[in-house]
Formats: sequence, C-alpha cells, structure tokens
Amino acid sequence: MDELIFFINRVLISGTVLGSIYALGAVGVTLIFGILRFAHFAHGDMMTMGAFVAFVLAAALTAMGIVTPLPMGFVVLPLAMIITAVLALGLDKGFYAPLRERGARPVTLLIASIGVTLMIQGLTRLIFGSGTRTFFESESKDIFRIDMSWAGGSRPISITEPQIIMFVVTALIVVALHLFLTRSRLGKAMRAMADNAALAQVSGINTALVVRVTWVIAGALACVAGTMLALDVALMPDLAFNIVLPIFAAAIVGGLGHAYGAIVGGFLIAFAETMAVFNWTAVLRPLNGILPEGMALPANLAVVPTEYKLTVAFVILVITLLVRPTGIFKGAST
Amino acid sequence: MPLIELKHVVGGYGGAPILNGVNMAIEASDIGVIVGPNGAGKSTTLKAIFGLLRVTGGTIDFGGENIANSLPDKLVPKGLSFVPQEKNVFTSMTVEENLEMGAFTRSDDFRPTMDWVYGMFPVLAEKRRQPAGELSGGQRQMVAMGRALMSKPKLLMLDEPSAGLSPRYVIEIFETIVRVNKEGVGILMVEQNARQALAFASKGFVLAQGQNRFTGTGPELIADPEVAKSFLGG
Ligand SMILES: Nc1ncnc2c1ncn2[C@@H]1O[C@H](COP(=O)(O)OP(=O)(O)OP(=O)(O)O)[C@@H](O)[C@H]1O
Ligand SMILES: [Mg+2]
Repeated sequence: MDELIFFINRVLISGTVLGSIYALGAVGVTLIFGILRFAHFAHGDMMTMGAFVAFVLAAALTAMGIVTPLPMGFVVLPLAMIITAVLALGLDKGFYAPLRERGARPVTLLIASIGVTLMIQGLTRLIFGSGTRTFFESESKDIFRIDMSWAGGSRPISITEPQIIMFVVTALIVVALHLFLTRSRLGKAMRAMADNAALAQVSGINTALVVRVTWVIAGALACVAGTMLALDVALMPDLAFNIVLPIFAAAIVGGLGHAYGAIVGGFLIAFAETMAVFNWTAVLRPLNGILPEGMALPANLAVVPTEYKLTVAFVILVITLLVRPTGIFKGAST
Repeated sequence: MPLIELKHVVGGYGGAPILNGVNMAIEASDIGVIVGPNGAGKSTTLKAIFGLLRVTGGTIDFGGENIANSLPDKLVPKGLSFVPQEKNVFTSMTVEENLEMGAFTRSDDFRPTMDWVYGMFPVLAEKRRQPAGELSGGQRQMVAMGRALMSKPKLLMLDEPSAGLSPRYVIEIFETIVRVNKEGVGILMVEQNARQALAFASKGFVLAQGQNRFTGTGPELIADPEVAKSFLGG
C-alpha cells in the first residue's frame, strides 16, 4: 500500500501539476501557430512575465496588509491574466504585427520571437535581479494529508493547497476554452481561421480581431501556467524558458493548431517525464521478497536521471515527427 | 443602374498587370458567365472585385460607390459574396458551422437564412453535424455555396462551381444557381463548362489576356461562329 501511496504522491500528483502547466502553455503555442502560422518561441518567457506580474500584484497586496484565505498568487490571478493579455497584445503590436504587414515569412517571425525571448529575460533580470523568489514569503503552503491507515498505508497521500487549486483552475479553463471554441461566434471564427485563413477572410471574418483574441487567450493562459509553475517551484527570470521544449513537444504531439491536442499532449509529456525520472524501486520493492537469493532490485531504477528529464520530451517529439508528423489529432502543420 | 459595373479595370498581383481593362455590367436579374482560355484572368477578375488583389486602374461600382480595393469584411456586409474555386469549405468544421461562418458579419438572426439554405440543399440539412471535409465533392460545393449565401448577398460570385464534379452534380449545381438567381440574387461566375453555362447566361463575357473579347447574351455567344471556333472548341 505504501508503494501505491508513494506512486500517487510522486507520479500522479506531480504529473498532473506539470501536465496542467504544460497544457496551458501548449494551448497558447498551438493557437498562435494555428492563427499566425509561426512557432512563438518566446512563449515560455510570456509565462515568466505573467508569473512576475502575479508576483508583483501579490507582493503589493501583502504589503498593504491584506490577508486572504487562499494563496495570494491565485487571488491576484484574474487581474494578472488581464495585464499579461494586454502585454501579449503589446508584444504583437510592437514586434510581430509590423513584420506580418510587410509579408514576413514564418521563419522571420520565429527569429523575431527569439529576440523577444532575450528581451523579456533581460528586462526581468534588470527589474527583479537574477535571484530566486517565492510566493510564500509571508504565507505557508497548506498541506492536506489524507490518512490512508484504513487501507493499510503507513503514510498519507499529501497534496498542497496550491496544487488542489491548480487542478480546479486548469479544469475550469479547459471547460471554458471548450465552450468558447465550440459555442461562441468568435471562438468558431478562430477555428475557421486556423482551418483556412483565406476562406475566413473571404467569409468576411474580421481576421484582425481574431488575431487579437488569440493573443489575449494565449497571454492569459501563459500567465496562469507561469504563475502555477512559480507557485509549484519558485520564481526566477529563466523560470519557463527551461520548459519551452516540452511545451512545444506537447503542442506538436497533440497536432499543431489543435487546442484539445495541446491539452492531451501536455499531460502526455508531463506524465512521460514524471514516470521516466521516477524511481521504480520504491514501488517494486516488494518484489525483493520473491526474487531469488542474492538478487535484489538496484537502489535506483529510474529510466533516466532527473537531470536528463528534458530528453524525454525531446525523444517523444522525435518519435512523433517520425511516426505521425501531424500529431495525435490531425494538426495544421502541413 | 446595374448592380455592379466594372469600368476599364486594371490590376494584378504586384508585377505586370493581369487585367488590362475589363468591362462588365451585371443587373440583379442577371446570370453573368465569364469564359476564356486558361490564364486569361477570369479568376483574377473575381478576386479583383472582392479586394483580394490590387486594382490599379478603373472603377468597380457596386451599390452606388466605387468599391475597388475594399476588403472582404467591408464587402460582405454590402451584399457581395464569393465562392473560391478551391479550398472553399472549412474542412474541420461541421456543415452547420460552415454556414454560420458565412453569417459572421451579420448581427441579426440568421436562422431563417439557414433554413432557406437547407431548403435549397436538403442533403446538407441531413449532414449538418458532419465535418465538411468528410463530404463528397458535390456536397462540398453545396456547403461552399450555402456559406456564401448566408450573408444574404445581392451578388454571388462563383469561380468554376462545376470544376471536378460528375455530370449529374454539374447539372444540379447549375440548376441551383438558376434558382438562387430567380430569388433575386445576381450571379457572376467563371466556368470551364462554357457551352453548358452560357446556355443559361443572360450576360456572357469572353475574356482573353485580361481583356474582354466578346460580350453578349450567353446564347448569342454560343451562336457566334468566331467565339465558337476560338473559345468553345468549334
Ligand atoms: N497569386 C498569384 N500571383 C501571381 N500571379 C498569379 C496569381 N494567380 C494567378 N496569377 C497569374 O495571373 C494570370 C491569370 O490567372 P487567372 O487565375 O486569373 O486565370 P484564369 O483565367 O482563371 O485561368 P484558369 O482557367 O486556369 O483558372 C495567370 O498568368 C497566372 O499565372
Ligand atoms: Mg481560374
């Protein structure tokens, strides 16, 4: 039983947290690709930017002596999402829109987004320094321990309050996104433009408006993903830049341009990573009893060492591109 | 006053002009058919009207104003619709969603128009929840036309609506076009099935090298020995 509890704590809960973050980041990447046809390399840094916005707001409220029952990072999230969405619109207007107007090709936009990456990272270091910060300076992370002694477990399933809120927030966002894309006029127009931009224009769809809505959604979700990552780990200028690869892998595995694919891809990559670095000895230890004399499980039975976690996303990406280049769902990459 | 009038339209894709002075006039009651050899500028004429390329000379009068170089999101609410020749449906979206996209510029209730379209293409009503990409070529063409009709256009432009269809569907599509016209929608279409289309055209235009060569009613053009010899394959 303890093995199962260990597995739940280390794989199920961690994987879901990571999956939520990857999924929300990948949705932005995939929507931007679907509408604007370029790989938005600076997406990770948009997440970091969103996390810093939330951090500043949280610090300001805390400094004003406001105490909330929920972690401050989540309380300020709606406002931080709006601010980050506006910043995302600004990035588009300042850097990408002028290039598009001159008929720049996708590769030019990709390189511009690398420039934006360097700029955002430079600015955050300039303003906040390169140190690590935490949302939990004045608050503590409440930890819920679910006693499992009734099932014969000697330790509890433990989950933190931020983690629970993360699951709820992610679920709400996925449902809202689904309703938006399938029920609203603008959401349908967005799918139409990702499907066939020329025909969307011919239909009289206001494509400039669709582009703006895309940045608003991508920016707001990037803020949520970045803040979650900062709440789960810590806040630093290269926070999300480090997870750009798994996020792009998630978007590509799910089929570029396909929002649901990005969500599935995000959880798939996250669980693959979590299980690859999981020490399976901890779960398989009971097998030691039935193994022949003199044979024992090695102390560490992880598929890859934690330092190489990133290679998991890379391997899945390469396999996807070789076996099914359009992704799980048929994507718009062709 | 004609519904739309092109006067000496010059335009192209940035290089040398493709259209070198195209003249056309269509009334609301007309079915106009443009024929001509490959590369004559037939598709380019429709795209020029719809603001999809630069018009550098001449005027396009529609509803009392010069609409040259206006973009589709301005033209659709004014009563202009266009069915491109290829990739003219949203393949990943359902039939009904395709129709809804045609009504994007409308803020009033478009249900009656949708019922009207379904009445015209009953098979689409059956397949309303199916992705348009799963339909046959003929049915896709119906979705494409239906989408374009959802904005309640005064003038419907179609680029080779019968291309790639089996003879049965060609007749069905042509019959539908005549029916739409009878309901008060002006038609301007490009066709490769020239004889068949000119037979029901009240205005026919033979285009070559970006200029009008012959203009007349469809039957007149078919009867013209010179047109028949050079452009309708004898
Ligand atoms: N997007 C484009 N960019 C540049 N030139 C183009 C473009 N589309 C068409 N052309 C050129 O414009 C000319 C007229 O093309 P258009 O498509 O209007 O011909 P068409 O009369 O419709 O012929 P078809 O019967 O083959 O459809 C051709 O020489 C073609 O090469
Ligand atoms: Mg053509």
